[in-house]
Amino acid sequence: MREPVSERLQAPSRFGRTSPLQFTLLVAVGATLIFSFYDSGFSAWRFVEGMPNIWRLLTEMFPPDFSRISAVVAQLIETFQMAFVGTFVGVLLSLPIAVLATRTHSPSRIVYYLTRTVVSFFRTIPDLVWALIFVVAVGLGPFAGTLAIIVDTIGFCGRFFAEAMEEVDEGPQEALRALGASRLDIVGSAVLPAAMPSMIATSLFSLEKATRSSVVLGIVGAGGIGVELEVAMNLFNYQQALTIILAIFLLVLIVEQIGGRIRNRIIAGT
Amino acid sequence: MLHHRLPTEADRSVASEFTPSQSPAAIDLSVRGLTKRFGSMEILRDVSFSVAKGSVVALIGANGAGKSTLLRCCLRLSEPDAGSVEILGTQLNGLNHSGLAKTRSKVGFVFQKHNLCGRLSALSNVVHGVQSRSHGPLSWYQVLAPRAVREEAMEMLQCVGLAHRATSRADQLSGGQSQRVAIARALMQRPQIIFADEPVASLDPTAGEEVMALLISLARERGVTVVFTTHNLRHALDYAERIIGLRAGSIAMDDRASCYSVEKLRAFYA
Repeated sequence: MREPVSERLQAPSRFGRTSPLQFTLLVAVGATLIFSFYDSGFSAWRFVEGMPNIWRLLTEMFPPDFSRISAVVAQLIETFQMAFVGTFVGVLLSLPIAVLATRTHSPSRIVYYLTRTVVSFFRTIPDLVWALIFVVAVGLGPFAGTLAIIVDTIGFCGRFFAEAMEEVDEGPQEALRALGASRLDIVGSAVLPAAMPSMIATSLFSLEKATRSSVVLGIVGAGGIGVELEVAMNLFNYQQALTIILAIFLLVLIVEQIGGRIRNRIIAGT
Repeated sequence: MLHHRLPTEADRSVASEFTPSQSPAAIDLSVRGLTKRFGSMEILRDVSFSVAKGSVVALIGANGAGKSTLLRCCLRLSEPDAGSVEILGTQLNGLNHSGLAKTRSKVGFVFQKHNLCGRLSALSNVVHGVQSRSHGPLSWYQVLAPRAVREEAMEMLQCVGLAHRATSRADQLSGGQSQRVAIARALMQRPQIIFADEPVASLDPTAGEEVMALLISLARERGVTVVFTTHNLRHALDYAERIIGLRAGSIAMDDRASCYSVEKLRAFYA
């Protein structure tokens, strides 16, 4: 026979008590969300009303126009080259920056905070804004886009490389410290090899990200296929625009697939 | 082939020659009034002892007695709160970073968990030992190391019977093999003292016996002073000439190993 409820072991309540501060915060977040919906003009009805326009655009895009395919492929290659060079240089520069941005290996607190601030600054400014700045600095063309990708890569890799370095096992580092190794020796011998799988994975993510970015950078004149897409859309040449969109999709897909395979192989080998 | 042996009567006779009141010139390690606290907990309390050149000393004591902390404080891997440590005639108190590194370079430290760089080869890990006397990328990886350094590292691997595993990744070695590589790394330093913190605690009895015998025989061949911590009372009696017992952070016994038996030492733990 089952024991009466009062004598059975009682489970704790499912949720802890909400403090007045937590309640106030919840209300504040809820109110912010409601106002944001209102001010951003969010409307499901307007979206439904716009569906026929999307349908009309799609029908005007088909069939894709391959008449300028050679120019599109040339621009696509340039786009990838910008991403590849930008990521390569960005990753190389990120390595020393990341070492300075680690709490454990930075030579001083000031250097640590300074480097962290610079990396955050690089990351928080969107790549499109960097592209605008570099177009002014070095003129129109892929070099401006490549510079934008370098800065964006430093912002991304600098942070994640630093975190990977801070997370590695302390044991081997202590062993080298105990035998009189220098700070740089410890980073080179123990920290970098241990953080390498994570850093390679981050670099591959960065290349995928840069490939997507480099597509858009052309819109502000920083080289790549973006300019082709902008021109096609401005001239209402939607069939050509579809060809460019399909080419972009293919490029991003290939880079992501190759990147994913390499990453999985590295993780499996760790 | 492994170049090690179990203790012989000759070793015992060396042990019997030990006298705690040897001349100061023959002292390799001198600890005076060492105190270490973690928060309000006193881990070491006014610990004082000296270790004669070329001798083998075992530190025993229950978990938390302060054995590992004592070894770490002797190299300032943990900063003591009070007291002084003199290693090979150099006072560690007040030494700057480079002075400390110079003193540490003469002391090999073998850790319980081996502390190898897992993603690097056994040979690269042994090459790291050269960082005690030369710094920079040439000492980071075996592929970059000068020929003389690689050959010396191979010799050390030969000494510990692992020349055939030189190119194996450290994380693919067994526990016993890893610890032997760690010993080879310590020998690569050409140390005058070796501190070993429970060097066989993570190994099975057979591997533990082999590694312990190897460590002591290699140290004796080179006239290296050894201070090791252990929970294995047999090891303390067989390999050490002197046994120091720590209880609650203080030295509670200190005498020749020949004065003790397993039963007596077991009683110390009671």
